[in-house]
Amino acid sequence: MSGKNGALLEIENLTVEFKTGSGYFRAVDGVTIKVDKGEVLAIVGESGSGKSVSMLAVMGLLPWTAKVTADKMLFEGIDILGMSANERRRIIGKDIAMIFQEPMSSLNPCFTVGFQIMEALKEHLDLDKAQRKARAIELLGLVGIPSPEQRLKAYPHQLSGGMSQRVMIAMAIACSPKLLIADEPTTALDVTIQAQILELLVRLQRETGMGLVLITHSMGVVAETAERVSVQYAGQKVEEQVVKNLFRDPHHPYTAALLSALPERARGRKLPSIPGVVPGQFDRPAGCLFAPRCQLATELCRTTKPPRIDGALCHYPLHDGVPQNHPGKEKAA
Amino acid sequence: MPSDASLAPTATAPAPPGPLRAFWRAFRENRGAVLGLAVVSFILFVAIFANVLAPYSPIEQFRGFSKLPPFWVEGSDPKFLLGTDAVGRDMLSRLMYGARVSLFIGLSVMVVSMVVGVALGLAAAFFGGIVDVIIIRVMDLIMAIPSLVLAILIIAIIGPNLTNTIVAVTIVGLPRYVRLVRASALTELTKDYVTAAKVSGVGKFRLMTKTVLPNCLAPLIVQAALGLSDAILEAAGLGFLGLGAQPPTPEWGSMLADTRDLMLSHPWVMAFPGLAILVTVLAINLMGDGLRDALDPRLRRS
Amino acid sequence: MSIVVTARDLARYYSVSRGAFSGQATLKALDGASFTIARGKTLAVVGESGCGKSTLARLITMIELPTSGSLNIGGQEIVGATPAQLKALRARVQIVFQNPYGSLNPRQKIGHALEEPLLVNTSMASKERTEKAREMMASVGLRPEHYDRYPHMFSGGQRQRIAIARALMLDPELLVLDEPVSALDVSIQAQVLNLLADLQDRHNLAYLFISHDLSVVRHIADDVMVMYLGRAVEQGTRDAIFNAPQHPYTKALLSATPQPDPERKRERIVLTGELPSPLSPPSGCTFHPRCPWNFEPCARVNPHLLAHDGSLVACHAVNPPEPSTKAA
Repeated sequence: MSGKNGALLEIENLTVEFKTGSGYFRAVDGVTIKVDKGEVLAIVGESGSGKSVSMLAVMGLLPWTAKVTADKMLFEGIDILGMSANERRRIIGKDIAMIFQEPMSSLNPCFTVGFQIMEALKEHLDLDKAQRKARAIELLGLVGIPSPEQRLKAYPHQLSGGMSQRVMIAMAIACSPKLLIADEPTTALDVTIQAQILELLVRLQRETGMGLVLITHSMGVVAETAERVSVQYAGQKVEEQVVKNLFRDPHHPYTAALLSALPERARGRKLPSIPGVVPGQFDRPAGCLFAPRCQLATELCRTTKPPRIDGALCHYPLHDGVPQNHPGKEKAA
Repeated sequence: MPSDASLAPTATAPAPPGPLRAFWRAFRENRGAVLGLAVVSFILFVAIFANVLAPYSPIEQFRGFSKLPPFWVEGSDPKFLLGTDAVGRDMLSRLMYGARVSLFIGLSVMVVSMVVGVALGLAAAFFGGIVDVIIIRVMDLIMAIPSLVLAILIIAIIGPNLTNTIVAVTIVGLPRYVRLVRASALTELTKDYVTAAKVSGVGKFRLMTKTVLPNCLAPLIVQAALGLSDAILEAAGLGFLGLGAQPPTPEWGSMLADTRDLMLSHPWVMAFPGLAILVTVLAINLMGDGLRDALDPRLRRS
Repeated sequence: MSIVVTARDLARYYSVSRGAFSGQATLKALDGASFTIARGKTLAVVGESGCGKSTLARLITMIELPTSGSLNIGGQEIVGATPAQLKALRARVQIVFQNPYGSLNPRQKIGHALEEPLLVNTSMASKERTEKAREMMASVGLRPEHYDRYPHMFSGGQRQRIAIARALMLDPELLVLDEPVSALDVSIQAQVLNLLADLQDRHNLAYLFISHDLSVVRHIADDVMVMYLGRAVEQGTRDAIFNAPQHPYTKALLSATPQPDPERKRERIVLTGELPSPLSPPSGCTFHPRCPWNFEPCARVNPHLLAHDGSLVACHAVNPPEPSTKAA
């Protein structure tokens, strides 16, 4: 396995607020992320969880209306939050790369695939044109695209979704990044193509030893590809565990509820669903953000922000399904 | 009865602002637009209440007081604040009544263009086939001829007066509206809610007017606002050429024409109507820009 | 057990012009689907892009007419029916779409959206319509104050509820659900699936559930039809398809679906190649270029759907062709 080779990405207490017409909206609230060299971390959450925004903050890809603050944001020990835009550009795309959800719209439709890959190479590496072309062909082969020399001249609209995503991956690994962030890379693809792309990502990760951060909303993808998983809810990190343990024994009630709501785990016609919706900008609870929807919520949960116990942001984290130190059913709800 | 959609009343958020309030909030972010709106409102006010505000009648000629300069220049008469024109008519009053004429033309053109444009655009989108082809080709034909030239041609055929100015400017501006509505309608027709309406049994006419049309309104409103300024300019152009409203009706364009030979000796006689046109058109455009930004959520800044 | 829909060899072809000089090509969006759905039952149609499931939805809801084949809804044959007969049938089949953000008219208050089907199809008085609309809103879990709101004020899950409510206004017998929960979060998905199960029990509805998400299908389907490039490759009961899949494509689909179980060890069948374009389908069995079991007859002859072990399977490896069919 991996992990003990030293920290690649270290983020502590990251908060991202967006300036909107009606006040500030806190999309990411005090999130701590740590990725080791050669490790596969999954960040899972539903809409409004802030999972994409945190990674976009690392890449510096947020709009001007976003206010990013963190106690620590280090890549290989260097502070990237305080860097100037120019210095950051030297790292982004080279040592840290990112691929996105919609492959069809992530590629520039006006330029050929070859041009776009070679552009990434030109920006970061010192190679001449022939070397760049050779490397581009090599990359297309690495990501499993047949007849790579011909594909160099293809335009994005001539490629299918799966092919486009492979090209995106080729561009991302062009400069041999140390960390690859994949934001829902397979959500927009068909099931069989999804399997191909995930297998490709895992294989590349194993061969190059790069760190991989996989952002997804699918627990199935998490179970099959990640080593560690961090669960986010309404901008906060509510739990983090090794994958095997999380599925066997989730500590946070939200994780437990999410797992039991999965159709694969259904034990009857009715799925145990989570009532209510994720809090938005105007209805953030005072205490625990999940309290309004939690079956085990007490008065303490509603009024006081929860501490982090056993990796879970909860007053009464679950162990084998039993909430610890919980006052009991009479006091609940 | 499933209740897991919503929780106890304390957790439900109040209704978010209605569309009108949300629109106004977005609109007022744009300072230029608000300024434009203020100016246009002022001009509208002046136009409506011209008969109360104007010191004199716009067509009354004061012999012996012709070609007087505005009050800040030497040789002026305080009775005529902005001076008089070549035949002694008060400039200020003419400008105020001229606002009425210009705005009337502009608004009429806007309304008629919208109605006809919507009808033709929707017909082209819904019936497709030969109907679409004919409508689009006719619009292409209109667009192929420079607008002022076509307007002159139409006036030459039907004669120069106020009503015909409106007709000519409407025809010349029609393609913009038709193409806009047609494109909008075609896009909406691909959307699921239109299919859902069809599956519910909604007939073609109701589909056109009640289902699709309200969703095409946003770009249409913006186009209409901007079209207003274009209409005023076209009408002024025709007026300048003597093909618009006939004298003695005070129309800013014809006021400009009357004073061509005085341009060097008495510049203010030309400057004021010119400035009036400039300010009005600029204000309308600013307002229209703000409208577009407010109505099109993608362009909004936050 | 009353049958609501009977389809036999349903096909829909489109003529596509390939430019001014290339002439017409035939796009076989749907090429022979046969099935029945009874009240209170759910038939799930599973497949990826280009398999024809959306075309099937359009045919069943009579948005388009089939090019060939027979479609019988509630005893009435669609092919050859008069427009008046078709209009009468509208009330029996309704549809819920995938995208909760596009399926509601943004300029229409949802109360009105719910009343519209009644307004157009029945002669109910205004008060009656409003009452029925409010009833329906309550039964899908919406609150009374939502009546006067616009769609953009609701979340994705709520909009799907509104779409479902609208579909039920005319008391249909069959509801076509085109990927109704694919765009929703897991927790909301569970809510909507529960609602659908509830409504099916209450109104004895037949569901045609189109989805690419096999885990959802496994949960709600009674029967499953797996489609590939316009044709059904396997058809059977839910248990048969999931516990004992026979067609190589079905097997690949099942193995490709990520399972939320880190302990599960299974052989991954990763298909090579891309989904072919429906405009130029491969010869013989359309799946053969990607099939791990591809052998001699596959490139020549398109296999028929034949019964095997309780399901219908279209595969030469499963149902070996008779020697006499070797001739082209």
